[in-house]
Amino acid sequence: MERVWKDKKAILFFLFPSFIILTFIIIVPIIMSSYYSLLKWDGFGQGTFVGMNNYIKLFKDEAFIKSVKNTLVFALTSVFIQLPISLLLALVISTGVKFERFFVTVFFIPVIISTVVIGQLWMKIYHPEIGILNMFLRSSGLDNLTREWLGSKDTALMASVVPVLWQYIGYHMLLMYAGIKSISADIYEAAKIDGASWLKTSAYITIPMLKPILKVSLTFAVVGALKVFDLVFVLTRGGPGRASEVTSTLMVETIFKSNSYGYGSAMAVFIIIECVVLYMLIGKLIKTDEVT
Amino acid sequence: MNNIVKNITTSHKSTIAAPKRSLGSWIMYALLFGWAGIQIFPIYWLMTFSLKSNSEIFGGNPLGLPKVWMWVNYSKALVTGKVGLYFINSIIVTGATIFITAIAALMATYALTRMNFKLRKPLTTFYVLGLTVPIHSALLPVFVMLRNLRMTNSYQALILPYVAFAIPMAFMIFSGFMASLPRELEEAACLDGCSIYGVFFRIIAPLMKPAVATVSIFTFLQAWNELMFAVVFISDTKYKTLTVGIQSLAGQYTIDWGAIGAGLVVATIPTLLVYIFMSKKVQDSLVAGAVKG
Repeated sequence: MERVWKDKKAILFFLFPSFIILTFIIIVPIIMSSYYSLLKWDGFGQGTFVGMNNYIKLFKDEAFIKSVKNTLVFALTSVFIQLPISLLLALVISTGVKFERFFVTVFFIPVIISTVVIGQLWMKIYHPEIGILNMFLRSSGLDNLTREWLGSKDTALMASVVPVLWQYIGYHMLLMYAGIKSISADIYEAAKIDGASWLKTSAYITIPMLKPILKVSLTFAVVGALKVFDLVFVLTRGGPGRASEVTSTLMVETIFKSNSYGYGSAMAVFIIIECVVLYMLIGKLIKTDEVT
Repeated sequence: MNNIVKNITTSHKSTIAAPKRSLGSWIMYALLFGWAGIQIFPIYWLMTFSLKSNSEIFGGNPLGLPKVWMWVNYSKALVTGKVGLYFINSIIVTGATIFITAIAALMATYALTRMNFKLRKPLTTFYVLGLTVPIHSALLPVFVMLRNLRMTNSYQALILPYVAFAIPMAFMIFSGFMASLPRELEEAACLDGCSIYGVFFRIIAPLMKPAVATVSIFTFLQAWNELMFAVVFISDTKYKTLTVGIQSLAGQYTIDWGAIGAGLVVATIPTLLVYIFMSKKVQDSLVAGAVKG
């Protein structure tokens, strides 16, 4: 058997297809992006080598800085609004409420639906004249609160953030719920004998023991926010002005609308670095014993 | 088996100190049901307005069930709005992506977890690396490659990138599962004169079915819902998948909400069906994906 498991031809046969695909679609592009980011190139003919100029330009570019700030808004709201709601829901549902499965199933539904569909749907909710949000406000006599949610500079960003938070609350809730369910029942038995309330059990047992999952959720929330594209693209394309622009929509626009392939690639490299750095940062900040 | 699982969960339930059945618990249920409403209301609203005429949506009946069921919205979306075509394209692209991802990742997992060779460790790292790489990094370079090969506006233009970004996760899920399979089966088959290929295709692959289901669900959701590659690589209507197609539909019928709604429902139905029939499996797949990744 050992001899069979060392069969070089077989190893090559098994690895070949996936290795080729990964190399050409993930590894080579990272190298190409890094190279393009050093060029001034409109996508046709030869580009000219400009060294680090694109990167220097990035940090002077107001549109880019605005997009990074907006992306951070997505990350922060996700961490400070979405995750606490998810955690609360998971803690409550897992105490063995009635209809437990029903709640888990329903809360998770938006997660599986395409962001494009979600975006189109919220566009209609936000529609200034006939959207149900303004219709609701008008019928409650709150006419002065109605506005062009996606069309006004003051509200476009928050109006794009809300659907993202709404869509993925169920996802984090499910992760945390699965984590809570995997905590040994004996521990809760002991806590119960000691007369610990739900609040105390949650604060002193569940949440500390949930740390590895909370770390996963935090990583996903932050890195996911850095990559956010679909919803903003569908809802506002970054507008009006740059009010809701995020780094990935700006990147796509820079490359494919303004034909600045080199400059856009510098943004792509920025996004890669940003993701890797935050992965590591969260890994360093939250130490868990469990090796996952 | 189901009973055992049930017993475990029920005994578990009773041991957690639950909030007392009192005013507090009424408030809790009210909040939970309220939240459930917030999560499904937009989908209910979508289903109903996809069957209404504009005058109902904008006028008298924005929230209720349709008074006149406008099935014509669906024929408009499917035929004139070309959603039928986009739907078939999505099926082709997603189906091929799932199939290739499962086979390629399964083969790689077998080599990397069972077989012995020098480069095993670095190659394993290489396969996992893809998990941290955002798809943004591949967008322009893959577009340039496709353009040079004259392959934009084709099914492969989407299938190959989708497969590439699905393989790392599939590998993670498969390798966890494969580690739990006993080696004795393979050794016995080997003694009976089965070749390594026979061992893989006849013994390992069938045993991996549950993990393949998990990976398929995960890959399905990713490929079916992907927008960024689809928007950039496909401009020809003939090859548009639902995500891009819906965007064109919405642009084409700006004020005909019924038709747009019908398109959105058609795009959502396969995912909803998969979820309704396998909700536990879908949830487990996404949890497995997250925790392994």
